[in-house]
Amino acid sequence: MREIHTDEIRDTVARLCMEACYYLPEDILAGFKKAEAKEVSPLGKTIINQLIENAELAAAEHVPYCHDTGMTVVYAEIGQDVHIVGGSFSDSINAGVRKGYQEGFLRMSVVGDPLLRVNTNDNTPAVIHTDIVDGDRIKFTLLPKGGGSENMSAMKFLLPGEGTEGVKKFVIETIEAAGGKACPPVVVGVGIGGTFDKVTAIAKEAVLREVGVHHHEPHIAELERDLLEAINRTGIGPQGLGGVSTALWAAVETYACHITALPVAVNIQCHAARKKSAVL
Amino acid sequence: MARDAAHKRMIELLGNNEPLPVDLRQEIIFYAGPCPPKPGQVIGSTAPTTAYRMDPYAPAMYEYGVKGTIGKGPRRDSIKEACREYGAISFAAVGGLSAILSKCITAVEIVAYEDLGPEAIRKLEVRDFPVLVAYDSYGNDLYEQEIAKYRTLGDGVT
Repeated sequence: MREIHTDEIRDTVARLCMEACYYLPEDILAGFKKAEAKEVSPLGKTIINQLIENAELAAAEHVPYCHDTGMTVVYAEIGQDVHIVGGSFSDSINAGVRKGYQEGFLRMSVVGDPLLRVNTNDNTPAVIHTDIVDGDRIKFTLLPKGGGSENMSAMKFLLPGEGTEGVKKFVIETIEAAGGKACPPVVVGVGIGGTFDKVTAIAKEAVLREVGVHHHEPHIAELERDLLEAINRTGIGPQGLGGVSTALWAAVETYACHITALPVAVNIQCHAARKKSAVL
Repeated sequence: MARDAAHKRMIELLGNNEPLPVDLRQEIIFYAGPCPPKPGQVIGSTAPTTAYRMDPYAPAMYEYGVKGTIGKGPRRDSIKEACREYGAISFAAVGGLSAILSKCITAVEIVAYEDLGPEAIRKLEVRDFPVLVAYDSYGNDLYEQEIAKYRTLGDGVT
């Protein structure tokens, strides 16, 4: 049994909040550069170059590359041989979010009640997903999720017989409905299978996959290639102002499902693809 | 600078024929909510928010006398019509270009609804702030025009 103190959890979460918002992940930056080289729209090319310059400026000055520093989604993979000491686990995560957003000059983008809509002024509460795994460590992955692209995400139950073609059709419909509103070039996370709750969870996990890495199952990898090609033929382009770089990547995650069902979820991640991990 | 929560309040005032907390006639509204400034910064990272969320409010704001709005992403047809009817322009700036755009803002002052935090109404002075005309007063739609040039997808998905 290994002890991990909640102060250490708080400080790690706080650091990850800031780093995720200041430093655009390398795979996304590499995705921008690849997209810029392929982009045929002069305006699209200009926009991608501006985004590269913006990421470099933000990193150099330790400021957020995008002002929407998101609602903080926290994944915690907790080793079953860990004993958390010093206080409540979820309180320490929220204390970390509070500290990170205040000390990092990040925008407070959370309202406490969805209908009364009063800003909590510290970006809490976080959305916390926990998973119990082997070992004596905790891996935290932060995904401070921007609102513009999250708003354009969608879920649908297809008929089982609609199969792969049905999935492609729904993904393209979702991307076309989002257009420039989701802040392309985007990363598209697709979940297929599971239940109402599971399918959206795996769609969001797909967003976290490194750009350039395909699913290990060949038929899913093929679907990812087909989706990316079709998405980039919609013409939407950077910022929805035309071009062939609508998405940097399309990642699909799957799960077993009921004989009656073919649930599909599309979680759209804008180009400000914040993600950062740490292991305690 | 004003976004969702401030618009909701202003539309209620306009509906009741009450004055707005600041005179926005002949002004341009930047749909945005900034990050807090770090010491030494005029304003924290800032870029436009998604414009369509202000679509239910924009025609009434243009009718009132707002001459332009700056946001990101396509908008409803009602915005095209409102721009034509009231001689207004809906501009687009690059969403998420927030580190760069914050440098184009030379002064900022909260002028209303301070309780809304990042959604308070701010008066900005800008220099060389890059925007595109997305919807002009003649019915043109930049999004539609540009996407049509690059679309190669058929009716199916392959």
